[in-house]
Amino acid sequence: MSGVGSAIRWALLALALVLSGPAGAVQPDEILTDPALEARARVISKDLRCLVCRNENIDESNAELARDLRILVRERLVAGDSNEEAVAFIVDRYGEYVLLRPTVTGANWLLWAAGPLMLLMAAAMAWAYLRGRAGAARPQESALTTDEQERLNRILEE
Amino acid sequence: MITELGHFALVLAFMAAIIQMIVPMIGAQKRWSGWMAVAEPAATLQLLMTGFAFAALMHAFITSDFSLRVVTLNSHSAKPMLYKISGLWGNHEGSMLLWVLIVALFGAMAAWFGGNLPPTLKARVLSVQAAIGVAFYAFILFTSNPFLRLAVPPFDGEDLNPLLQDPGLAFHPPFLYLGYVGLSMSFSFAVAALIEGRVDAAWARWVRPWTLAAWIFLTIGIALGSWWAYYELGWGGFWFWDPVENASFMPWLLAAALLHSAIVVEKREALKSWTILLAILAFGFSLIGTFIVRSGLLTSVHAFATDPERGVFILIILATFTGGALVLFAARASVMEARGVFGMVSRESALVVNNILLAVSSFVVFFGTLWPIVAEMAFDRKLSVGPPFFNSAFTPFMVLLGLVLPIGAMLPWKRGRLGRTMWSLRYAFALAVALALLVWAMQTGRSALGPVGVFLGAWVVSGAAFDLWSRTGRGGGRPGRLARLPRADWGKAMAHAGLGITIFAIAGLTAWEQEDIRVVQLNEPFEVGAFELTLTGVEQVRGPNYFSTMGTVTLARGGRVLSSLHPEKRTYPVAQMPTTEAAIDNGVTRDVYVVIGDRQDNGGWTVRTYIKPFANWIWGGAILMALGGLMSLSDRRFRVAAGARKGARQTVPAE
Repeated sequence: MSGVGSAIRWALLALALVLSGPAGAVQPDEILTDPALEARARVISKDLRCLVCRNENIDESNAELARDLRILVRERLVAGDSNEEAVAFIVDRYGEYVLLRPTVTGANWLLWAAGPLMLLMAAAMAWAYLRGRAGAARPQESALTTDEQERLNRILEE
Repeated sequence: MITELGHFALVLAFMAAIIQMIVPMIGAQKRWSGWMAVAEPAATLQLLMTGFAFAALMHAFITSDFSLRVVTLNSHSAKPMLYKISGLWGNHEGSMLLWVLIVALFGAMAAWFGGNLPPTLKARVLSVQAAIGVAFYAFILFTSNPFLRLAVPPFDGEDLNPLLQDPGLAFHPPFLYLGYVGLSMSFSFAVAALIEGRVDAAWARWVRPWTLAAWIFLTIGIALGSWWAYYELGWGGFWFWDPVENASFMPWLLAAALLHSAIVVEKREALKSWTILLAILAFGFSLIGTFIVRSGLLTSVHAFATDPERGVFILIILATFTGGALVLFAARASVMEARGVFGMVSRESALVVNNILLAVSSFVVFFGTLWPIVAEMAFDRKLSVGPPFFNSAFTPFMVLLGLVLPIGAMLPWKRGRLGRTMWSLRYAFALAVALALLVWAMQTGRSALGPVGVFLGAWVVSGAAFDLWSRTGRGGGRPGRLARLPRADWGKAMAHAGLGITIFAIAGLTAWEQEDIRVVQLNEPFEVGAFELTLTGVEQVRGPNYFSTMGTVTLARGGRVLSSLHPEKRTYPVAQMPTTEAAIDNGVTRDVYVVIGDRQDNGGWTVRTYIKPFANWIWGGAILMALGGLMSLSDRRFRVAAGARKGARQTVPAE
């Protein structure tokens, strides 16, 4: 949230903060007594979006809704859900928008594959270019070496 | 009165920019030296007029002239002076005026110090630079005029957003704009070169300092913003992959790529068309950044209507300049012929690898930033692309970059041998592996992130040191020669080491951070890691334009008191906004970061404590990168002057 200080952005942020009130991220009363479950809850929370905030996960957000979601995640974990089941439970109710890590389903594979594909393409183009650059040197050098090669061959045959 | 004069000066600057855009371009085409010479006084006039307009607006902010709309909306008479001044660019209209002032400033600098440029190239560069100015003057005057008056001035202003009332953020936008707009110089040079149809080593020598300067400013601007986020937002995050951050990060990555590819053009006369393309893209991404921030398109996918008029205007500017330049590029790029010949294993190839990694990683950020819009429009899916995506999709590129950097930086030009260069780095490699193993042994049971970060950091930093050392030759007197090495060599080593430090610090902070959230009773000590903390008091304090709940926390280690910390929760009554002011005990190897929360029913207070290892190293690395750039820039300037004088002497008889 650093970035350029634009009026629009700050107005929205201000609005979100005024609406949410000064609650403040994870509260002591939310923390589960079982440290293993709590640790899992924290991991899950970092990948879930606070729906009324700007690009904040529910673990960091001060909004009331984020608090509700944090408590909901913990309830699911206490009820015995796995991490995936707990996330699926939230997604069923709030939609895909809640996931900060987009799934690799449907067209999303394009998003995940974009980097590696682009890297391969760039590498192939660079390879062709570098071959060309290196090849440009060859005429001079190979002219000499073929000449020498013949002499070398003759010497070797003798 | 001063306001009206400022408004008038801005209109005059607009006129001057129009003349500077048209006349020298025709002059350069027809070889009329009189017409080409118009560019210089026009650029100076434009700077003076815009500077006056800026000063007039500054005057209005300092004197709290609430008859001006922007001042009313973004200032308050009780605000400290620093934030009255920074309020000028803490809003849309004022920041656009700052933007255009910097465009004019760079144009004027090219006019004043470009005496050794070929006259036609200089005229064309200034003309393209003026065209960028014209677009933004029109944007300001027609859609975002800061000089508009209010019919009924209010008694007092509505205050600047309290989060922006902070020294770190006061100087964040100017640096960022100097960076964004600095890239406009590279863009102008690229377009002028395409029109001229000539790119040579001399061209690259003129472009490099501008790009380097822009990159330094961007580095500082981004670091300031990240540092601000760290201490201001209340939990010590330093990077959020927010669209607005990405908007500044993409040009930074491309500028870094451009810096390196321009070296190849300058030294080896290869990669010409790629360098031109990068220069166009780097500024294009600056414009995209402006568009993203101003239009509200990505603030929320549904907030495009925040200001459609401005958004569309910037989109037109973006399409005209980037699209126009790319069309020109497609038509003329074939003119650029590479001359340098080099082998597959060479410094040139290493710089190509650098460019691939930087450009593709920038593309990944771009794709991820825009994907929510694409998905919604094309596939009717409402989804988010957040930090977890960027962390896993972007990080591998930086890991690769860190791995190849020390080797690439030491490969010889033209033709090298991989084995030989790697052998000369054996000690650096051994050191990095040893440190990583040590760390791995010490932190059993945790993620691999820490050791990998230590390895990469140590590898890049010690690689940079070995690179520098290897330049001193053989035999005795090497330390003496080290001090006499060209500044460019030092700059390179410093910037690379800075990157290594930042990589290490980010990995270390992420891997070893400790967190503690609890309800604390007054004067009851509690332990976090190796530290003991005691909340000794909570007071209500009044600031100049806010009320504060200020806690006093004593930080001790092993019975010895280290410091007394004052975390605050502030409320700004005018802006009706709460902020958290974290208290940080800065240390070399760790920060202790304390935040005070709400009062609980049982009389205690919520206190969050974080131990953040190596936090300061993140910005320390960034500062080192910027210093390395400055070092290199100071070297370059001498060489530019020297090289160009030779060039000028050659061109004079030809005219």
